[in-house]
Amino acid sequence: MRAPRGSDLWVLLAVWAGLVALFGAFGPGFLSAATFGSVANRIPALLLTATGMTLVMVTGGIDLSVGSVLGLCGAVVGVTMVDAGGGLAAALAASIAVGTALGAANGLVSVKLRLPSFIVTLGMLEIARGLAFLTTHSQTKYIGAAVEGLGTPLAGLVVSPAFLIALAGVAAGQGVLSLTVWGRHLVAVGANAEAAAIAGIDVDRPRIWAHALLGALTGVAAVCNCSRLGSADPNAGVGFELSVIAAVVVGGTSLAGGRGSVAKSFLGVLIVATLEAGLVQLGASEPVKRVVTGGVIVAAVLADTWRRRA
Amino acid sequence: MLRTEHLTKRFGGVTALRDVSIDLRPGEIHALCGENGAGKSTLIKLLAGVHPHGSYAGRIEVDGREARFRSTRDSAAAGIAVIYQELDFVDPLTVADNLCLGAEPRRFGVFLDRAALRARAVAALERFGARIDPDAPMGSLGVGDRQLVEIAKALARDSRILILDEPTAALAGREVDVLLATLVELRARGLACVYISHRLEEVRRLADRVTVLRDGATVATLTRAEADERTLVRHMVGRELTDLYARAPAVPGPVRLAVEGLSVADASGAVRLADVSFELRAGEVLGIGGLMGAGRSELLMHLYGAFGRRRAGRVLLDGRPLPAGGPRAALAAGLALVTEDRRRYGLVLAESIGFNLSLSALAAVARAGFLQRAAEQARNRQWLESLRIKAAGLDAVVGGLSGGNQQKVVLGRALMTGPKVVMLDEPTRGIDVGAKLEVYALVQRLTDAGCAVLLVSSELPELVGLSDRILMLNAGRVGGSFARGAATPEALMRAALGAAA
Repeated sequence: MRAPRGSDLWVLLAVWAGLVALFGAFGPGFLSAATFGSVANRIPALLLTATGMTLVMVTGGIDLSVGSVLGLCGAVVGVTMVDAGGGLAAALAASIAVGTALGAANGLVSVKLRLPSFIVTLGMLEIARGLAFLTTHSQTKYIGAAVEGLGTPLAGLVVSPAFLIALAGVAAGQGVLSLTVWGRHLVAVGANAEAAAIAGIDVDRPRIWAHALLGALTGVAAVCNCSRLGSADPNAGVGFELSVIAAVVVGGTSLAGGRGSVAKSFLGVLIVATLEAGLVQLGASEPVKRVVTGGVIVAAVLADTWRRRA
Repeated sequence: MLRTEHLTKRFGGVTALRDVSIDLRPGEIHALCGENGAGKSTLIKLLAGVHPHGSYAGRIEVDGREARFRSTRDSAAAGIAVIYQELDFVDPLTVADNLCLGAEPRRFGVFLDRAALRARAVAALERFGARIDPDAPMGSLGVGDRQLVEIAKALARDSRILILDEPTAALAGREVDVLLATLVELRARGLACVYISHRLEEVRRLADRVTVLRDGATVATLTRAEADERTLVRHMVGRELTDLYARAPAVPGPVRLAVEGLSVADASGAVRLADVSFELRAGEVLGIGGLMGAGRSELLMHLYGAFGRRRAGRVLLDGRPLPAGGPRAALAAGLALVTEDRRRYGLVLAESIGFNLSLSALAAVARAGFLQRAAEQARNRQWLESLRIKAAGLDAVVGGLSGGNQQKVVLGRALMTGPKVVMLDEPTRGIDVGAKLEVYALVQRLTDAGCAVLLVSSELPELVGLSDRILMLNAGRVGGSFARGAATPEALMRAALGAAA
């Protein structure tokens, strides 16, 4: 028996390559730079939040409020740029500040008051959504070119700056998890909090910080999201939390904590996004897309569980 | 009524029970005595059907016929009821509900017949005059009453043989009296009872006969007249100390750890340690003995900052008060702990040996928060070799190792922090003889290097062989303190039992 290592990464890569080959064989024109670009430019927000969600789930927590916090942070971006006339940098700073504050609140309340993060973040899901409507007076803020540059493919490249930012976020997240003392503590706390405490690890702080970090990444994700649409919609990100959790789980991160990888969550996002793009290419309707995607998520987790047991 | 013949039970290479024959007569209370690990629990589990027929050698007879229990259900059907220390009830339900749980009276096959249920419960409780409200929620009852409900439940199911596993361990004085009186009354009605207890005074009050187990074998079965305290203790301990444990006596250095008048209460406010004082010098091993529940682990966990609230007293490490702030502060001050339950408190089972070894001492191999992988690997490899951990490599998952190797990983994790005082809680429990010897050698190495060791062990020979001095705890208090030469097993056992020296 050996500790799970890179081997799982190859399995996910193979699944993704298989999907690409499958859709390439059926859908003429699927294997093109245009398809790749459209997938890559749709997922920055998902990648950033999946990175943070992986860290939270490694500690044994979960955050159901990411979609609403994404909506609220987007609203903050809209208000900053449209109503207050601020620039992109100011909007980004405000969005990260709000996201971090809400994430920290999730962490502090669930850890210090010993409440399940499932419940605490379920409450935050409602609170943040309400705040998003209050912030924008329930209106969509049209920002336009000032933010769209972030979501537009770069000259000579098929991907947008937002995608590159998200890639950097993924790399940093994986680095934190596998290269730092703090990352080691996250795993220990998630796998066996009692043993971690006896080993002299502060078991509260890693969990609180993981929630705060997810909040900060959600703040960045909100700006990416606004850039793609050119506007800030207080309804943005409804149901988004489920896509994030699905991608992380497809990547093999355990809901019970103690096991997870940001790199694999990245592949999880890629697999789900490629699947959706491929189905669209094949002319599948929205309902059919959802049925297939849901099935694939369950199948992926099932396969992971069986492989682990074998 | 109940008889066992030549029962032998092995777990892997360990013989837990060897050729045990006892018999139980109607209207008899038969006590089982023995040290921790003598085989009492295993014997009960065979009688209860936890270990099914076929997994042991020998015979169990009920009413003269061989009983082949395949499950606990079979054992219950044969009239045997086991009342464990940990009682399983559904707390939000009422006493009556719990009494009939799984055998609820029905109306028309589907509806719960509440009236019949309550009547049945009342009858069961009244059968031995238990004053318990059948409508009270189970969770509101104290431990003593819960035990009485468990007995009532057994009687309601026509059990004729009661097996009680240390029923009074968690009871207060008055509750003990109620329980013992209940048992005496049941005996008068012809019930047979196997009674397991560490409290010799209860055994002498209650038992018609006493069987002493040691190392999985029956040593003697005594009548009430024969079973005086001295004889019981001699039978329970009575083995020769071998050279296995021999450790060179220490040349004690300066005082490392000083505990003065320590009193500690647990989360519910119950006092678990009272007025405990001792000194531990560099290079010395202080053994802490006592029976289960005497407060040994609680003492270690409290010193480590992981248990209870201090009511009085102070703890000095190298003359300075030990800083508050939990295990992290204790480790930083130079106090390390190897816990008794290594799977729960000691290890991250799903992770590798390297992950676990490093866990408490990551700072030493990190720069600006980033782990220096090469340095970490090199250090882990050194420890893997010096502790002689047998595994495929540092990447091997800890959960797949043998008990002995798991224990070495826990030891390595604690020692990697470079402690001045090492606290070992049952360091050899559940590990094979070879690994035990290596643990003993490690203790020698630690003390040679000037470490002070606080050792908790339930195995008296181990305690006597390794310790320079021994402190026996009894119900949270110091029951006696012994120098190396004065620590005869009999004297230790008497101190542990709270008997006058």
